[in-house]
Amino acid sequence: MSSNPTTQLPYRKKSLWMNAWKRLTKNRMAMLGLGIISLFIFAAIFADYIAPYRYDEQHLDKIFQFPNKEFLLGTDQNGRDILSRIIYGARISLQVGFISVAISAVLGCGLGSVAGYYGDKIDNVIMRVMDVLMAIPNVLLAIVIATTLGPGLQNLMIAVGISSVPSFARLIRASILSVKGQEFVEAARLVGCSDARIIFRHLIPNVLAPIIVQITLSMALSILAASTLSFLGLGIQPPIPEWGAMLSSGRMYIMDYWYLVTFPGIAIAIIILALNLLGDGLRDALDPRMKK
Amino acid sequence: MLTYILRRLLMMLPVVVGVVFIVFAILQLTPTDPIRTVLGDMATQEEVDMMREEMGLNDPFFTQFYNYVKNIVTKGDFGVSYINRKPVTSEIISRFPTTLSLALMSILLAAAIGIPSGIISATRQYSLFDNGVTLFSLISLAMPSFWLGLMLIIIFSLNLRLLPASGFYGPQYWIMPVITIGTGCAAGIMRTTRSSMLEVIRQDYIRTARAKGQKESIVIRRHALGNAIIPVITIMGLQFGRQLGGAVLVETIFAIPGLGKLLVDATATKDIPVIQGGVLFMAIVFSFINLFVDILYGFIDPRISTMYRMKKAKKVGAANE
Repeated sequence: MSSNPTTQLPYRKKSLWMNAWKRLTKNRMAMLGLGIISLFIFAAIFADYIAPYRYDEQHLDKIFQFPNKEFLLGTDQNGRDILSRIIYGARISLQVGFISVAISAVLGCGLGSVAGYYGDKIDNVIMRVMDVLMAIPNVLLAIVIATTLGPGLQNLMIAVGISSVPSFARLIRASILSVKGQEFVEAARLVGCSDARIIFRHLIPNVLAPIIVQITLSMALSILAASTLSFLGLGIQPPIPEWGAMLSSGRMYIMDYWYLVTFPGIAIAIIILALNLLGDGLRDALDPRMKK
Repeated sequence: MLTYILRRLLMMLPVVVGVVFIVFAILQLTPTDPIRTVLGDMATQEEVDMMREEMGLNDPFFTQFYNYVKNIVTKGDFGVSYINRKPVTSEIISRFPTTLSLALMSILLAAAIGIPSGIISATRQYSLFDNGVTLFSLISLAMPSFWLGLMLIIIFSLNLRLLPASGFYGPQYWIMPVITIGTGCAAGIMRTTRSSMLEVIRQDYIRTARAKGQKESIVIRRHALGNAIIPVITIMGLQFGRQLGGAVLVETIFAIPGLGKLLVDATATKDIPVIQGGVLFMAIVFSFINLFVDILYGFIDPRISTMYRMKKAKKVGAANE
């Protein structure tokens, strides 16, 4: 007889997610991306305290000031401080990024998992519709939706969100298909789980890794798409400080005032670069096999 | 191969009809009254009613849709612009060559830069060149293309006065738009080439080729690149579609009279038939490019065409048994 009949298995201290997080923290580029994103989020939340001026504060005696000590990035045609507008613009861009990705992730996950789980006819119908949406280049689809809905922050989010539903749906469907046949799904079904419970409690948590990567990367695409639409006049209207809209209005004065279009564009590029770096890092961290 | 192409064409048909349906349905929901767009606010109610009847806007949705598709299929007719009453089809056809040539030039430039630099990056992984190219591609993937275009204008047109800032009349007008679209594409192609080559270069058959004393340049070009090129072709096809969308921006910035400019101008005036026709046309072109890419696979990768032939042979064999 053994003195200790129930040998305690070593307690697993680190979860899968902790391991991934550890790998991520070792990736310097990804951490740089995360740092920049945190900085932007911080700036967006505390814009009222950080920005030297309000975004709509006009200094009519100081229009078109080149970058100087008083206005670090200069002022625009209404004498508004560009730096302040860029800081407030982070609010809009991040908001658009988060919400439109939330729209596409929720819709895409829903459609993709239903298609993948049920297969057969439902799968066929959903995926053919996605094929159709994918046949229209993204920007054009967003333009069509934005034209119908009209300008405005909310409509912009919807237009951008819907136009990237198909890529989410495809990804989720493929991931669901790869885990659907495993025993734990069969087990869940045997103990009488409903389809909805199997999908949400068992399948989706198991394909979370690619979803997270996709969310990060498509946040970058959404911010870019949103500023594109605003630049074309289909998104956010002045005086709300959106980076794309700032570029669009600054374009008229490009002959004499280069800084009007330069700095908002740099802001867009930096946030997208940061999101891409984080997304690539997450991909490596969550799927170590992929890393070469 | 021919049956394969035909089958793919048949498969494309429902997708195209679906695209027409979705674009048509979404734009139908636009709240502005097209009649008011055409006649203006001064028209009398009678005129409005007559116009509405004449344009078939009183018909039920599916009748309108059916007529729209019928006109496209039988006459190639995409309707008439609300604003200037010109047929949309002729408008599209006169502008499409500009957009197409812009897209072709940029994809060629992107491939000419992206593929070789991707190969060199992969063969000299972590070298100075590799790091430099990776950094370049990260930055150019993050830059909005419309911003890059504006920066090029500031530098080359306004400061150095080397290139014209707008229009599309000759080679010197092409340079900046092509660079604007091509940079992001080059970065995408380069990244794909690099990762695809890195995967292939570790395979046993590459070691075998080297072991038998094959020249390194041939190993890379024939043995490695030949096997790594498929994902690159795929990404190029997708990039081409993105360029058609991106043309909207670049043509706006450089005032190029292409399809993209037509679309943007039409969104400003809510000229639904033009938006509808332009988007549909681009989507159809995009579908054809995807088809072309799929066919290209067969020519580039003998495994794919053999697979297809074997399937057919199996079918014939099964029928004979």
